[in-house]
Amino acid sequence: MNWLFKYANPHNFMRLSGVVLPFTAIGAALGIAAALWLGFSAPPDYQQGRTVLILFIHVPAAILATAVYGAIAVCSLLSLVWRHPLSDTAARAAAPFGALFTALGLITGALWGKPMWGTYWVWDARLTSFLLLLFLYMGYMALWNAIEDETRAARAAAILALVGAVNIPIIKFSVEWWSTLHQGESIVSGKLAPVFLAPLLLMMTGYALLFATLWMVRIRTAIIERRARGLMQGAA
Amino acid sequence: MISSLTAEKLACARGERKLFEQLSFRVTAGQALAVEGANGAGKTSLLRMLAGFLSPAAGRIVLKIGDAQSDDAEERGRQVGWLGHHDGLKPQLTVREQLTFYAGLYAKPADAAVLDQVGLGRQADLPCRYLSAGQKRRLALARLLVSQRSLWLLDEPFAALDTAGQQLVAQLMARHCGAGGIIIAATHEPLGLSNESLKL
Amino acid sequence: MSPFWTLLARDLKLAARSGGGAALALSFFALVATLVPLGVGADLKLLSRIAGGILWVGAVLAALLSLDRLFQGDFEDGSLELIALSPLPLEMTALAKIAAHWLSTGAALTLLSPLLALLFNLAPYPTLVLFLSLLIGTPAVSAVGAIGASLTLSLKRGGLILPLIILPLLAPVVIFGAGAVAAVMDGFSPNGGLGLLAAFSLAAVLLSPFAAAASVRLNLGS
Repeated sequence: MNWLFKYANPHNFMRLSGVVLPFTAIGAALGIAAALWLGFSAPPDYQQGRTVLILFIHVPAAILATAVYGAIAVCSLLSLVWRHPLSDTAARAAAPFGALFTALGLITGALWGKPMWGTYWVWDARLTSFLLLLFLYMGYMALWNAIEDETRAARAAAILALVGAVNIPIIKFSVEWWSTLHQGESIVSGKLAPVFLAPLLLMMTGYALLFATLWMVRIRTAIIERRARGLMQGAA
Repeated sequence: MISSLTAEKLACARGERKLFEQLSFRVTAGQALAVEGANGAGKTSLLRMLAGFLSPAAGRIVLKIGDAQSDDAEERGRQVGWLGHHDGLKPQLTVREQLTFYAGLYAKPADAAVLDQVGLGRQADLPCRYLSAGQKRRLALARLLVSQRSLWLLDEPFAALDTAGQQLVAQLMARHCGAGGIIIAATHEPLGLSNESLKL
Repeated sequence: MSPFWTLLARDLKLAARSGGGAALALSFFALVATLVPLGVGADLKLLSRIAGGILWVGAVLAALLSLDRLFQGDFEDGSLELIALSPLPLEMTALAKIAAHWLSTGAALTLLSPLLALLFNLAPYPTLVLFLSLLIGTPAVSAVGAIGASLTLSLKRGGLILPLIILPLLAPVVIFGAGAVAAVMDGFSPNGGLGLLAAFSLAAVLLSPFAAAASVRLNLGS
């Protein structure tokens, strides 16, 4: 664990992230730009037409939506077991992005669904679990904001994040079970032609780097904010 | 029976603010310690630390029972008789029910004679919502006696009490120390015992 | 009486005397069941079709009503510190409180459910399955709810944020519970739904005391 603590020290984190930031930012821009260019220059899908492009935004957002929750859960575990303050900051900083990716996944899912299913919303198992995930994110952020004492808020949010992490697979399973029970209309699934695989992977990388960049920026802001507060308290 | 409680270089921080550090003291069986200090100096925080609710930012607290030593917070908590700011009473329960509950919770016999000792014999079947602040404090004292703990941690034990009540507290404390118990009390007033005092 | 039963008995007594227990939850549950037909119309076929889902959602919401006070009252008046110093481990304290909450809400709601099912024209067999699913599933509501209650115990307005935290976590309970009722109405066996519900409930009751105790400890320590 020691190597982790070395970089989890706020001072080291500031230094390291300062070096890494420009690279992840440029990487994110390049990845997303290349993916868009490849995607738009590819022929329209024989089944989905141009709407297939929505999937480039949808799929990475959906994957990151879950991944970010995973990251929050890992940070929360580190915080609860090793009491490291930076992991609290990191968990808190990641949450809005997770919620944003989830919302983006839902919105693009609905936009894709309109031409595919003829309606913006079907109670498809995957969409439904993402809707529940969005509520989990909202509850998590609301708890952070509701508790004034910062250490207490951090611990409470960490416990909630872990409870949520244990529950997410169960929620996913239960929603899938539910959708087989209430099977109504048959649903067209979004299978991708191989031509689209390369741009999708590029887009995935771009998204991941974009998240990494924004996450680091938010953590840095939080650290600087805390330092500034410390200085002002010291001056008073 | 506890033979001593030792605090070694304790430090307490609330958020970014340091309340105290390098705090060391030792209390042995039959002794009382008065913790004095201005509001916000950390008296209550120290008591919460000794009770095991709050973990110290640095240092340790060692409890010696017979020859066995332990710095485990949970084990220490099992010895603590707590009298906090709040009395821990429910308005819906009668005085007797309240006492029986705490006796049962602490797995000790509910000795009704304790109510007479604190001067609440006549109020035994009165719901707590009808008690005055001083009477509630007396009931809290009865609960402290019923719990039969040897390490008393008292936060402002004289608060809300009239002269007779304050004499009662002093008398109970003297008896507790006489029986080999330990008292650590946060207070603005003298305890009225031959006690040590600690300035925060 | 052991410390565990002493605490359980006191919580039940408090729930009964402060009027925050069974009566409140039951009235709320009955009101939801009355308002739904007023909203969707008196089509008995439709009502019996949605009865399982509506009554399950109503029961969960009714059980949430008194949940925010589970630890809050004891925290505010200092009882929680005294309970924490007792020989009863905080995990068992949480379990006692979950049990008391279930007995004063979940169990009562379960007993009332057949009567409300009657209002929805639910046939006897689905009614029995609804009853069983509530019996099996409502302990999970109290258990998962206890985690939320312990996390928000220091908040003056914890009652507002508690449902937001808890309801997404309770989705599986509603799904399995109402799913078992839906299954028998379609002529399938309810065993799948009831079995999954039992598994969830058991896991929730066994695990959530640990999360709740951790959260109580953190609140006492700051």
